[in-house]
Amino acid sequence: MKSYLGPLNRDNPILTQTLGVCSALAVTAQLKPAVVMALSVTVVCAISNLIISLIRNTIPPRVRIIVQLLVVSTLVIMVDQVLQATFYDVSKMLSVFVGLIITNCIIMGRLEGFALSHTPGASLVDGLMNGLGYGLVLVVVAIFRELLGSGTLWNHQLIPSSFYEAGYLNNGLMILPPMALILVGGLVWIQQGTRKSSEK
Amino acid sequence: MKELFDIFVRSVFIDNMIFAYFLGMCSYLVISKEVKTAFGLGLAVCFVLAITVPLNYLIDKYLLQEGALSWLSSRMANVDLSYLTLIIFIAVIAGTVQLLEMVTEKFTPGLYLSLGIFLPLIAVNCAILGGSLFMQERHFPTVIHSFSYALGSGIGWLLAIVAFAAIRERLKYADIPKPLEGKGIAYIITGLLGIGFMAFLGI
Repeated sequence: MKSYLGPLNRDNPILTQTLGVCSALAVTAQLKPAVVMALSVTVVCAISNLIISLIRNTIPPRVRIIVQLLVVSTLVIMVDQVLQATFYDVSKMLSVFVGLIITNCIIMGRLEGFALSHTPGASLVDGLMNGLGYGLVLVVVAIFRELLGSGTLWNHQLIPSSFYEAGYLNNGLMILPPMALILVGGLVWIQQGTRKSSEK
Repeated sequence: MKELFDIFVRSVFIDNMIFAYFLGMCSYLVISKEVKTAFGLGLAVCFVLAITVPLNYLIDKYLLQEGALSWLSSRMANVDLSYLTLIIFIAVIAGTVQLLEMVTEKFTPGLYLSLGIFLPLIAVNCAILGGSLFMQERHFPTVIHSFSYALGSGIGWLLAIVAFAAIRERLKYADIPKPLEGKGIAYIITGLLGIGFMAFLGI
């Protein structure tokens, strides 16, 4: 049980394994696209892990990367079409980053590192958990950036207008892309710091 | 000509792959401990981008876009294959990388030795697929424009990773809080570099 929960904190794909950083940072200026992105990655990760694990004994090792890419890109195309049909505005906001799920290292990393050598059931759970661990970081970063950067959360105004009248200003720096990196750096700091103290 | 140069400069500095879009961050963070290897990876990215983006541009223009097949016959004029974009692009990239690996091994062993280990990694580098997808989104008028864009993005990526690796080599002597060492500080430095690069927005 413990190993399944690992990706949420101890083996978090973004904070510890340095995987999938690319898309994580670009979509976190607001909460809504971050949640949609996290869900899409979780779905693709879990299902592709399951499929690859099911056919793992029939794939010749030499062409396995291409087989994995094909499976993943088929799934991503499906997710992309669903998003365009249901959340058109969010899908416009995410633009190329939905397509970039294909090259998201979390998915390839889990396929290579886990699904090729484990049973379908375990792979499905592993994919799900890694997707959720990724989503967790995305959501935390997005909450900070949207709340401090625009004073809203899920497009609802949270900071009352009396604050603005009293001279409160939104921190415009938070919306800029580089701040995402600095926030993730801070998260790594917190995570590594607490881990050290609990292991001592 | 001026237009091509504009696209080039824009993609190197303002739309820098790493600092503006965070593409290719994974290999950027992992393979930047030494300037030499960082330079090798950067060159390989440049190389692959400059080949695959124009290739994908042609495929997109003559096969995938709505109405793109009209050169085949007038009956095909309203066929829209754009939903196949992702799978075709990634197949082209994976194929090109494999081909390049074989070609460089055969004809330029020196280059192969310096790029060799990075080439297979590049097939799954987000910067490469991202380059093709951004190219599609920007609707360049000719294939030359897309080439200029690809070259610029590649050089921007090279610039970023070499600069970062150089800082990281120096960092060995810095006194960093223990939990922040390694990855944590790498994120923060990239963020600060990114803020620096935003100064180019005015150009």
